[in-house]
Amino acid sequence: MLSLKDLTVSFQTRRGSVDAVRGVNLELGRGEILGIVGESGSGKSVTSYALMRILDQGGKITGGAVNYQGVDLHAASENAMRDIRGREISMIFQNPRAALNPIRKVGHQLEDVLRRHAKATRYTAKIEAIRALEAVQIHDAEARYHAYPFELSGGMCQRVVIAIALACDPKLLVADEPTTGLDITTQKAVMDLVSTLIRSRDMSSILITHDLGLAAQYCDRIAVMKDGKIVETGPPDSLFLTPSHPYTRKLVNATPRDGASVRSLLPTDKRTPLAAPKISSKPLLEVRDLTKTFQGKASPVQAVKGIYFKIHEGQCVGLVGESGCGKSTTSSMLVRLADPTSGQILFDGEDLAQTPAQSFARDPRRSDIQMVFQDATDSFNPRHTAKQSIAEPLSRLTSLKKQERAQRVKELADLVGLPHPLLNRFPHQLSGGQKARVGIARAIAVNPKFIVLDEPTAALDVSIQAVVLNLLADLRAKLGITCLFVSHDLHVVRLLCDHVIVMKDGMVVEQGPTKTVMGQPSASYTRQLLSAAPSPPIAANAA
Amino acid sequence: MMPGRLKTILLRISQSIPVLIGVVIVSFVLTRALPGDPAVYFAGAAADENSIAEVRAQLGLDKSLPEQFLVYVSDLMRGNLGQSLSTGQPVTQDLAQRLPASLELTLIALILSCSIAIPLGILAATRPGSWIDHLCRVLVTAGVSMPTFFTGIVLIYIFYYLLGIAPSPLGRLDFIYIEPDRVTGFYLIDAAIAGDLETWWGAAKQLILPSITLALFTLAPLARMTRASMLSALSSDFIRTARSAGLTEGSIRYTYAFRNALLPVITTLGMVFSFTLGANVLVEKVFAWPGIGSYAVEALVVSDYAAVQGFVLAMALLFVGLNLIIDLTYTAIDPRIGFASR
Amino acid sequence: MTDFISSTANPTEPDVLVERTSGGFFDHLIYVLRGNPITLIAFGMFAILVIAAIFGPLLAPYDPAVSNVSIALQAPSWQHWFGTDNLGRDVFSRVLIATRLDLLISVAAVALSFVIGSMLGAIAGYWGGWLDSILNRLFDTIMAFPLFVLAMGIVAALGNTVENIVYATAVINIPFYARLVRAEVNIRRDAGFALAAKLAGNSDIRVLAFHIYPNALPPMMVQVSLNLGWAILNAAGLSFIGLGVRPPTAEWGIMVAEGANFIVSGEWWLAVFPGLALMFAVFTFNLLGDGLRDLVDPRRRT
Repeated sequence: MLSLKDLTVSFQTRRGSVDAVRGVNLELGRGEILGIVGESGSGKSVTSYALMRILDQGGKITGGAVNYQGVDLHAASENAMRDIRGREISMIFQNPRAALNPIRKVGHQLEDVLRRHAKATRYTAKIEAIRALEAVQIHDAEARYHAYPFELSGGMCQRVVIAIALACDPKLLVADEPTTGLDITTQKAVMDLVSTLIRSRDMSSILITHDLGLAAQYCDRIAVMKDGKIVETGPPDSLFLTPSHPYTRKLVNATPRDGASVRSLLPTDKRTPLAAPKISSKPLLEVRDLTKTFQGKASPVQAVKGIYFKIHEGQCVGLVGESGCGKSTTSSMLVRLADPTSGQILFDGEDLAQTPAQSFARDPRRSDIQMVFQDATDSFNPRHTAKQSIAEPLSRLTSLKKQERAQRVKELADLVGLPHPLLNRFPHQLSGGQKARVGIARAIAVNPKFIVLDEPTAALDVSIQAVVLNLLADLRAKLGITCLFVSHDLHVVRLLCDHVIVMKDGMVVEQGPTKTVMGQPSASYTRQLLSAAPSPPIAANAA
Repeated sequence: MMPGRLKTILLRISQSIPVLIGVVIVSFVLTRALPGDPAVYFAGAAADENSIAEVRAQLGLDKSLPEQFLVYVSDLMRGNLGQSLSTGQPVTQDLAQRLPASLELTLIALILSCSIAIPLGILAATRPGSWIDHLCRVLVTAGVSMPTFFTGIVLIYIFYYLLGIAPSPLGRLDFIYIEPDRVTGFYLIDAAIAGDLETWWGAAKQLILPSITLALFTLAPLARMTRASMLSALSSDFIRTARSAGLTEGSIRYTYAFRNALLPVITTLGMVFSFTLGANVLVEKVFAWPGIGSYAVEALVVSDYAAVQGFVLAMALLFVGLNLIIDLTYTAIDPRIGFASR
Repeated sequence: MTDFISSTANPTEPDVLVERTSGGFFDHLIYVLRGNPITLIAFGMFAILVIAAIFGPLLAPYDPAVSNVSIALQAPSWQHWFGTDNLGRDVFSRVLIATRLDLLISVAAVALSFVIGSMLGAIAGYWGGWLDSILNRLFDTIMAFPLFVLAMGIVAALGNTVENIVYATAVINIPFYARLVRAEVNIRRDAGFALAAKLAGNSDIRVLAFHIYPNALPPMMVQVSLNLGWAILNAAGLSFIGLGVRPPTAEWGIMVAEGANFIVSGEWWLAVFPGLALMFAVFTFNLLGDGLRDLVDPRRRT
């Protein structure tokens, strides 16, 4: 149905031309769902843009052929392409809210496409548009017809984008990271919908994703891309169980899954034994009836509704929930960046909530409680070098001299595995993994007793995530730090934590030892979260 | 949806009330901040002690400041801005008499610059790197560097002195034409109503150079904003969606990109109005245009402060009104506005 | 596309290769100038302005104040490059001398509004609340006047002096800085690095002054360069209508105003040369913007 032969795409940049896709060969059969999996920069999205011929300015197909049912898409005229797009091949995108025209009713955006491809006339357009909305299981489609994108949730916007893409009954759907940025339960709902629609309409599809597990669950065949080339293609099971290319093996290993341990994410030769952390029976931190109420526009919003939990010295506790569940609010209260509305935060037996967040900077316990931030780019002052960022807490919270501080920064760099030359770089000159290391070094600089890890790997590629998770495990064993690991991903949390707290709508719905919560969840919400997470086939070499 | 909309509009109108109050306070402060004794100024050059005291009592300057403010406000309510020294007329009457001249010039200039700048910006954005893009960039950079009064003088030198195709830069109508009967005060409209083509053409000829001068000044910010917002709209995600759905280039550009690009352009218009009303004063002086700007300049020369303050206040009120119209237009175009405030 | 771009933004070249330090300010200046020829030209033009402002009186071939009616209204020649005015004064010398005054007015006004606007905007953006509301109302009120008209009103009220032109120009520019800083501070108030700075033991004021505010500088620099241009136009416009600087002082706006009377009789040089000088200055400042921004933006360092 579709075949790519030796497809090469290059981009003109100021430093000359760069090949983003280098000779990709792909075949897609009728009714097949093909996954293209790769980490950032692998050229997977560019491949799909190239076959749709919607590359950005500067991007150009420099070689190869794209054959769609006998039509050479590379050679087709722009007019012919316009007829093909939407009608034969259509596409859905990452970040659905931005993918819709913000100031046009979603119904009208659907009508634009329907009328463009003569699937409806002026008189039937509205009925057809509502029918298209119903097809993607939007309730009350008639009312939604009049909605603007900003009035809809992210998942709902993605449904509208899907409705637009499928409105003219195309034969092929290209989905470019369609669920990145959506909550895990929404991701499952959207992916289930897409796959049902594709199967029921006898369409073919290309699913582009960075998530090997997601691809394994929904695709018939997976192509793994690296540096603009396809390194391996095959059905999910054989790809997971007997990966032949070393890169695929690395990727499969690094994907968190049932039964994996944190060391098993790494390549076999790097799996050094991990020392077991010492967990004392004494609670370091205890939260009692903690609440937080924000003054909303109309009425007060309760973000955290009276939660209780304990963290023992040396323990690593996971705090899991979807966006808006109150996990970030809780963690910022714990690190004393925000004041609770009521409740106690007992740290070593003393109530931290007594000291207002504003004056906590001068509190002697400031250096006991530190944090690793989620967005590595956002969490560094763009004007400070890595060295300055790491030294900042040292100069404010310790009495070290300048020389001693420089010495300590070097020690920390060694500890987190950051080459010394990188210390002089600005954040924008560092890669994601390097920034994660700097962030960890900064957090442990003043030897805190307790660290909050706020989704420290959420923005990283899986192979880098594997390395960073292992670094955290090592540091925990070596330094004996107590941590709270905040994440949306139960499978990631499981690797590091011995205890898990699940939050929903500002309340703790379940907490307990990781094994119990993951194995025999008592709350239905936990079960929902667990079943929504893609479960790839268990790799043969998982330890 | 609709009631929410209506609420937004009412809310926006009510938001201009504190600004109006602020404007009145500032203009009061400006009146009282005169160096030395305002009574001396208002009494005129030939005043002695007695007449100054008389003027002081007459102006209410012997009262306390809050009392003075109340008097000032109640005078304002009645449309009383005081007496002009130079014309001997109430300032309100003078301003009303001269306002149409200024408005006619300003509006024509704005229409002119919008009708050039917006298409230019769009073309530049849709054909990056083409000659029209370069032309746009040159115009934008050169345009903001041109002092209006200097542009006016250069245009006069070229088109009046060297080429002799422009009429003498003195006022709204050459003396050989008869002023049309005053209906709106806009010569072009009044002459058209009277059916007097000759006068209409005479008025139009006088308008050309000053309105080009003003338009050149406002062209740059408008064209720059249109180009920038059109470029950013064209590179946004929803354009990619529209493209991948096979929509035609025309509907992508206009229904999708341009309507979104229009929003920041409308916001810029507010700033452009501010520039235009200010530059208007200079252009009126250069072309001896009998509007409120040159009235204020003449008043400044003879230290006729009531007239100057009246002018400042009138301009501010005009600008507040224009901004309100701009914001309401924006509300009408952008559906998101109603929601933000709810 | 996104993953292509992020791949170029996260260079994964061998770490050993790059041991470039943050370098000195001058290295960076040279790097910025080399990177963009327009910036180089702009800095060159700016240097000319500064030289004219500092050494103008030394370089002027004639005394700008001495009139000699016998050589009045002479067209440009080798003796008098820009011709002579109606009192026989050398136009070139007067244009040159005027540079200092015009630049002083605009730089002083912009510096004032930069400092005041930054402080007010930073406070409003960081703490928000009622202070923010009051400041916002104040700026709304200032912006409710057409700015040139407000400047006219202020100079008329405070008195016709050069200092008052500076104050008036500063007042009308303050809202621009305050709004810009407010927005820039506001988006960074809860940024990770601001929170990290708090965790590192910085008080609110320190976080604002040493971590958040410096990051507002790059867009501020663009505003500064635009404002220098506006300020010079504004001051020249005010003196053109007879406010502020008074004749016989040499100032570009006044010279254009005086020359305007002779334009209809064909003596163009009186108005055109000071007008061109004015344009040159405004043009220079407008071009300078991007270069100044690149200079204070560490992200431009590669």
